[in-house]
Amino acid sequence: MARQPDGPPPPPTVQKLRLRYTKRGPLRFASHRDLARALERALRRAQVPMAFSAGFSPHPKISYVGAAPTGAASEAEYLEIGVTRPCDPEAVRVALDAALPAGIDVVECVEAGQGTGSLADRIDASVWRLELAGVEPAELGSAVAAFLAREEVTVAKRGKNGPVDVDARAAVAAATVAGDPGCAILTVVVRQVTPAVRPDDVVAALAAVADLRPPSPTRAVREAQGRLDDTGRVADPLGPDRLARTHCQGERATV
Amino acid sequence: MNGQTLYPRLEPLFAQVQKPIQYVGGELNSQVKPWDDVAVHWALMYPDAYEVGLPNQGLMILYEVLNERPDALAERTYAVWPDLAGLMREAGVGQFTVDSHRAVADFDVLGVSFATELGYTNLLEALDLAGIPLHAVDRDEDSPVVVAGGHAAFNPEPVADFVDCAVLGDGEQAVGDITDVVKAWKQQGRPGGRVELLARLARVDGVYVPRFYAVSYGPDGAITGVTRTRDDVPATVGKRTVMDLDEWPYPKTPLVPLAESVHERMSVEIFRGCTRGCRFCQAGMITRPVRERTITGIGSMIDQGLRATGYQEVGLLSLSSADHSEIGQLATELADRYEGTNTGLSLPSTRVDAFNVTLANELSRNGRRSGLTFAPEGGSERIRRVINKTVSKEDLIRTVSTAYANGWTQVKLYFMCGLPTETDEDVLEIAELATEVIRAGREASGRKDIRCTVSIGGFVPKPHTPFQWAAQASAETIDHRLRALRAAINADRKIGRSIGMRYHDGKPGVIEGLLSRGDRRVGRVIERVWREGGRFDGWSEHFSFERWTAAAAAELAPLGVDLDWFTTREREEHEVLPWDHLDSGLDKEWLWEDWQEALAGEEVSDCRWTPCYDCGVCPTNGTEIQIGPTGRSLLPLTPVGPGA
Repeated sequence: MARQPDGPPPPPTVQKLRLRYTKRGPLRFASHRDLARALERALRRAQVPMAFSAGFSPHPKISYVGAAPTGAASEAEYLEIGVTRPCDPEAVRVALDAALPAGIDVVECVEAGQGTGSLADRIDASVWRLELAGVEPAELGSAVAAFLAREEVTVAKRGKNGPVDVDARAAVAAATVAGDPGCAILTVVVRQVTPAVRPDDVVAALAAVADLRPPSPTRAVREAQGRLDDTGRVADPLGPDRLARTHCQGERATV
Repeated sequence: MNGQTLYPRLEPLFAQVQKPIQYVGGELNSQVKPWDDVAVHWALMYPDAYEVGLPNQGLMILYEVLNERPDALAERTYAVWPDLAGLMREAGVGQFTVDSHRAVADFDVLGVSFATELGYTNLLEALDLAGIPLHAVDRDEDSPVVVAGGHAAFNPEPVADFVDCAVLGDGEQAVGDITDVVKAWKQQGRPGGRVELLARLARVDGVYVPRFYAVSYGPDGAITGVTRTRDDVPATVGKRTVMDLDEWPYPKTPLVPLAESVHERMSVEIFRGCTRGCRFCQAGMITRPVRERTITGIGSMIDQGLRATGYQEVGLLSLSSADHSEIGQLATELADRYEGTNTGLSLPSTRVDAFNVTLANELSRNGRRSGLTFAPEGGSERIRRVINKTVSKEDLIRTVSTAYANGWTQVKLYFMCGLPTETDEDVLEIAELATEVIRAGREASGRKDIRCTVSIGGFVPKPHTPFQWAAQASAETIDHRLRALRAAINADRKIGRSIGMRYHDGKPGVIEGLLSRGDRRVGRVIERVWREGGRFDGWSEHFSFERWTAAAAAELAPLGVDLDWFTTREREEHEVLPWDHLDSGLDKEWLWEDWQEALAGEEVSDCRWTPCYDCGVCPTNGTEIQIGPTGRSLLPLTPVGPGA
């Protein structure tokens, strides 16, 4: 019989908060594990009344949704936390933002709307902005046209057990080209599939179909995440929570 | 212009390497000061990977102490992995600091902290990447002054060609004195150039400038003398000792990395120095006397540090933490204070003592009990008398089974192999000990799933210890004894499956031995190894024993010495040791007597409880032991944490 901690079980979750945060500047080089560690410590410093799992090594109740890869910046990362006292979402946002390093900025915090479903169910696509320095927009334009004209573009990516082939074309819902001379910009809507198709895989696919080889590493920024609708737009995943709140304004204590 | 950021040139390189987060800085509690606001710029280096270097307490302390000065700034730099080093060479970008990505070559001082000698090749790599001439004599007045610190600086002779100076002992006050000297020299228009600056530094207490000392050798290869080449530098260099740790509560705001590091916890140094007198332990010899932080000083550092970091675990750090005069009270009052906050409290490895189980129980009162670590160091009672770490076999088994009975399921035991006078039998006794520990532990706890891990490595004799004269065991001897021990542990399968064995083979220890007790001639070996690609010698995947032995053979043979001469050779009483002109405060006669007593298996007692000034440290340095108890206690406070 395993030893159990003495005393009462930990206090239950009374409220769920959903946050959007960023990965900007040098912090784009943080991995998901790096971010998770930083967030857990910041939640402590910010004195957010986190709910914990039971047992001898209690973990704070945090769920991450679809983390951006190491090296990619993001304006739209999401997570959900459970707290043991009702909190004012804006006070949590301000306190947590102050406790995090500059670059990991908490830009929104809303209370999870009752009966609105899970956050993960509201995210199935990303909007990526790729800066290709040293590439002309026209050059990129023809490469993208060639890519979109294909039914399938297979690229090999590194997996845990060696290379894995993925179809980059199937994951891309839309792609548009803009930019200035000397720096083309590709905005691409990518479905979140398994195995994941990442910005680097899209760039590799362009190399495969049109021999497009940018002279320096591509800078990728995730601009949005959400559910892809029939019109090719990505919906704000916190929209339903915001809507639920306008219908139900309750008394809220501050953090 | 000096002090410009290299970040725009580094960023595309970071996108192509493993774990780039380690190079971007921006850690919580890191500091960036404007370059032109200060007179003296320090780059502080830990010559190993970021994940090992970042948690280093010494570097964190100096970083804060220097940055608190309005006339100085300090930034940090770590060894870069070969993938990035290759890209930096291609792109022509130099060694940089992580705080604001300034070129290390732009700084006035490059301070390098050596906890282990295996970082020497990383020093050369960093100097080369920085574009700083490898040899101190080739540097002009625009090059940073390269200062070595840390425990290895008590014998910096193997790196004497590459460093401009070494600081002996505690750095807190020494870095301030060095800053003053550099500042004055710069403000006066750099009179006398670099040589004058180094001469001024050589007159700072605790600072050794190797180029002002000449070494002569006899026909047998041994040193005949070390003489100063200027009469305005001291004949022997003493060490620095910070008294009253409560006045130096650093680090006040420990750095918290985004990247994973080897210590995911905050550490508070509860005392410095140790007088247990373990004869193998260089740290215990060179950091005397014992200076305790008071219980209230410790309490406020923990409170401040947790608020500043958000860490969930606090380690109570020292060379033998259970020896603090207020440790029992400290454990109880800290456990009271942090009850219900998910804050873990821990001690590093402790002596084998039943009291330490009580302490660990108290500290873990609010949490999980998994692993407990003891350090008997020697396998047999006889060898434990030789190393002056006496504990009887019965006490050891009783203590460990008490731990199991108290709910600790894993016990780790630290041992060394290759100790002076050691035989195969001394090492094989570890297997008997572990077997009896498991047997007694199963009985005491009533459970079968308890585990004991034997962690063992080769002993490396170190300067300024009674074993500085000893013959180091060869790699073959170490490996033979470790193999025999492994076989003995596995002999009884029913018990053996509960015993784990972690060990390091004997080869890296031999090279560490060469670098620890080497003299200036060893510098050529280090340089050759680095030129042939040697880096990160503390990492088994990078360390090449063959590269080291080939370089040692090629460079040392023309000088009439070899690797064995520096390692497996026992020294004579009156041989001039390479570090004799560097004074840790210990009397060489006392060390020799202690060496003789070791050979006779005689113990020596701790001067905290039986007053004694025999080792010589206190009279030499004008210091005294500072221990409590103070009679004070920790007041309850509202700790940081969830629900607060």
